[in-house]
Formats: sequence, C-alpha cells, structure tokens
Amino acid sequence: MLRGDDLALDLLTTSRIPRTIAIILAGSAMAVAGLTMQTLTRNRFVAPDTAGTLDAATLGLVLGALYVPSAPIYLRMVITVLFALAGTGLFLVLLQRLQFRDIVVVPLMGLMLGAVFNAASVFLAYRAGLLQTLVTWISGDFSGTLRGRYELLYIVAALTILTYWFAERFTIAGMGREFAVNLGLDHSRTVLIGMGLVASSSAVVVVVVGEIPLLGLVVPNIVTLAFGDRLRRVLPIAAISGAILLLLADIGSRTVRHPYEIPVGVILGVVGGCAFLGLLLRTRGRVG
Amino acid sequence: MIDVRSLVKRYGDTTVLDCPELTIDGAGVTALVGANGAGKSTLLTIAGRLLEPTSGTVLIDGHDVSTAPSRQLAARVAILRQENVLAVRLTVRELVEFGRFPYSQGRLTDEDHHLVDRALMTLDLHEFAPRRLDELSGGQRQRAFIAAVVAQDTDHVLLDEPLNNLDLRHAAQSMAMIRRLADDFGKTVVVVLHDINVAAHHADRIVAMRDGRIVADGTPNEVVVASTMRDVFGLDVEITEHRGRPVVLHFVA
Repeated sequence: MLRGDDLALDLLTTSRIPRTIAIILAGSAMAVAGLTMQTLTRNRFVAPDTAGTLDAATLGLVLGALYVPSAPIYLRMVITVLFALAGTGLFLVLLQRLQFRDIVVVPLMGLMLGAVFNAASVFLAYRAGLLQTLVTWISGDFSGTLRGRYELLYIVAALTILTYWFAERFTIAGMGREFAVNLGLDHSRTVLIGMGLVASSSAVVVVVVGEIPLLGLVVPNIVTLAFGDRLRRVLPIAAISGAILLLLADIGSRTVRHPYEIPVGVILGVVGGCAFLGLLLRTRGRVG
Repeated sequence: MIDVRSLVKRYGDTTVLDCPELTIDGAGVTALVGANGAGKSTLLTIAGRLLEPTSGTVLIDGHDVSTAPSRQLAARVAILRQENVLAVRLTVRELVEFGRFPYSQGRLTDEDHHLVDRALMTLDLHEFAPRRLDELSGGQRQRAFIAAVVAQDTDHVLLDEPLNNLDLRHAAQSMAMIRRLADDFGKTVVVVLHDINVAAHHADRIVAMRDGRIVADGTPNEVVVASTMRDVFGLDVEITEHRGRPVVLHFVA
C-alpha cells in the first residue's frame, strides 16, 4: 500500500477510515447520551434505550422512509430528530406526572413508551411489506458505513462537545430542582437543553448506523462507579470508553462469523446485557 | 434583610401559611418553631424561592424573591433542605465548589478556591475533602452540604431542619457551627427547628408558629413561657432554666 497500491488505498479511505471514525463518533455519542440522561433524571437506569428515545427515532425513520422516500438523507434526519425530541419530551411529561419515581418504575415506564413507538413502527413496516428492512434499520450495523454515508455523524461530534460545555450545569441540575435553584440555575431549562441534546445525537446515530443497544446504559454505570458523578470529569472518560467498547464490538462482529458480519448490535446485546446483569447484582441495594 | 409582606400559601381551601408581616435583620440566629404542619418550612422554602406563594411577597435586601433573577438571589440567600442532602458520587470538595457556582458559573477563580478552603476549614472537613459523599456517614454528609452553603457566602442562610437524622453529638456540633455563622461571619441565619430546647439554647430570636400563623416572636426568654407553649404545641409543660435560658420539660407530661 505504501508503495502506491491504489486499490488498498482506496479501500482504506472509502471504507476502513470512515468506518473507524463512525464507530468512534457513535460509540462516544451513545455513552455520553446515556450519562447525561442518567444524570438529569437522577436515575441510573435511564438511557436512550429505556426512555423511548431510540424507539421514537426509529418511528421517525420509518415514517420518513415510507412517506418521503425520495427526500435527501438530511431531511429524513431532521424528521428522525424531531421524533426523538417529541418522544423524549413525552417521556419527561409522563415523568412529571409519575407519583412514585422509583428507580425501577421510571425506566419501566420509558420501556413501555418505547414499546408503543416500536409497535407503531412495526405496524407501518408490516403494511408496507418492509418488515425485514425494518430489522436491518433497527440493528446497529457498520458494514454499510462508507465515505459519503457517515458524514452526518460529525453533527453528533458537535452535539457531544456542546454537552461537555454544559457539563457542570447538568451535574448541578442532577442534584435536584431545589439544589439547582438555590445556586441560581434554571432547572427546567437545563434539563430540557440536556435531554434535547441527547435525543438529537441519538437520533442522528439511529439514522446513520441504527440503534446501538445497551452501550448508553452500561458504559455510564461503570465509569461513574469508578470516577464519580461530576460530568465535567467523567464525560470525557465515558466518551472514550464508549468508543473503545464499540470498536471492540465491531471487531467481534467481523470475526465471530468471518468472512460474514453479524450486526454490532447483536454483539453489544450479548456483552452489554451480561455486563448490565453483573452491575445489577453488584450494586443491588445501593443504586440511586 | 428578610422582609415578609402579607404572605399567604393555600392548597385548595386549606391555608397553610398566613403571615402578614415579619422582618428578620442583622447578624443572628432566628429559629422557627412549631408543631408539625405549622407552616414553618413553608415560610422558609418560599423565602428561599423554592416554592411560589399564593399571594404576598418576600423581599431579600429589597429584591422580591418571586421576580428577581435567580442568579442574583443566589448571591444573597442560600437555602438547604434536608431532602437535598444526597449520597451522590461527588467528593466533598466538588460539592463545596458548587457553592461558588452563582459567582463563577463553573470556572473557579483563586478567590473561589480560597472560599472553598475556608468553608472546608470552618466545617472541619479538610481531611474529608477528597472523600466521596456516598462513602461518608449521614452526619459528615450533612456537614459537607452546610459547607457548600458557607462557600456560597450569602448574607442570608436558611436551614430547614438541619438536625434531622443527626445523633446527639452531631446535632450539638451542627448547632455550634450554625452559631458561628452568625457570630464569626455575621450571617442572618434562619433555621427551622423541631426541638424547642435547642432553639431556646442557641437562637437569638424565636418565631413560634401554629396553623400557618405566627403566634409569638421574641427572645427565648420571652417566647418560651408556659402560656405560649400551650398555645403553640397544645401541651402543658413545666419550664426550668439553664445558664439563663429556658428549658422546657416537655417529656414530663
């Protein structure tokens, strides 16, 4: 390649480098999204997975594909982001009304909300005969990540940096409304900004690569256990850990059934699920 | 100066607070006492702008707490409620640094660091500074949150039942610390207390409430008398004296 092998160079710049960048951006974004949601809702089990955000984004993606199939990808991205924002907003409204904000009840409510969105997606896809396509959309997969198809993820990088800029405010907001108001911080606005950033970046990831499950739940739980809850310090660590975990999962997805690929979401589902079970058993009785 | 003017809080038809007038000014400790549901915490949380009144106003140094910019108020009044003392995974120093947020917006100056150190010293927390709140005892955690309030360095400090969940030793230490806020730092401290004897011993002024109204207001010797105690707590008590302060023998029925 260094001797000017054009094919190898082309492979590198068309597929390998874009794929690696995409993985790093998506992995860090999902970890940061989960961390921010956990902080703002004061619940370690709330992440884009369990707040209905990913399912709402997928519904937006399906509607875009069905009703404006010829629209450019950025327009479909806008639709997806709007759905993610609306779904997350609905989650927050329901959270406000919830009398009993138990550590388990809150994510359970989010999962139920997500199930409703998911049912709508499946129904629409079924009617259009796109059920199989839906599965490929939903499961996060980097095999189709090529130059020209991943650049939207740079938006996610910008959103992640913006989240870092707000980190101190998000930590304070996560200490509760009264604590935040005492320090002169507008609590509702801060929560809305944070959840908006998180919903937007997860939606862009859904558009480009599909749903990346559990990463946003597992990575923040592990890094805050070791490095504490101050976002300003722990957010970069979460971002790097998320990127590394997704890189490893991607390597796994390409080697387990070599020369075929299995979706990276499947690998994460297995690894993340087991890690999460381990965390649950470890932290039982002192979560929150 | 805290200036309460015709303050009313209602939930439906129930009036939980009706306070036509109250002024608290100057360095000192003012205790709000009364039975459960007397409205003392409601009064305190409205003054700390954590709760909206139904009508009326609270002025702090002339600023209406319902309308003045929250950030400006954060430099004049600090409020700590017992429910907000959380076991989060922050170090004691990180928590106390948040006390400087109204001034620094997260970017601490040398002066901020100096005030954080001073607050840690005041609360005798220096050796705990790098420890995480979720690894401390309840009493230590409580002190860390009070240290954050001290670092906030406001002229007015409002504390809602700061002795809840503290054992005898830590309760005594906390009250001594609250005294120091007034005596050494010249703060106007308003504290909701459950125990009338703690109030009688440590406060300069006692405001006694019942059913949302102020029924007595004065020095401990003026307020803690048998007739007022019957009025406030609905209990006939004997009162004795210790070091020139009244002591209510409420456990002798």
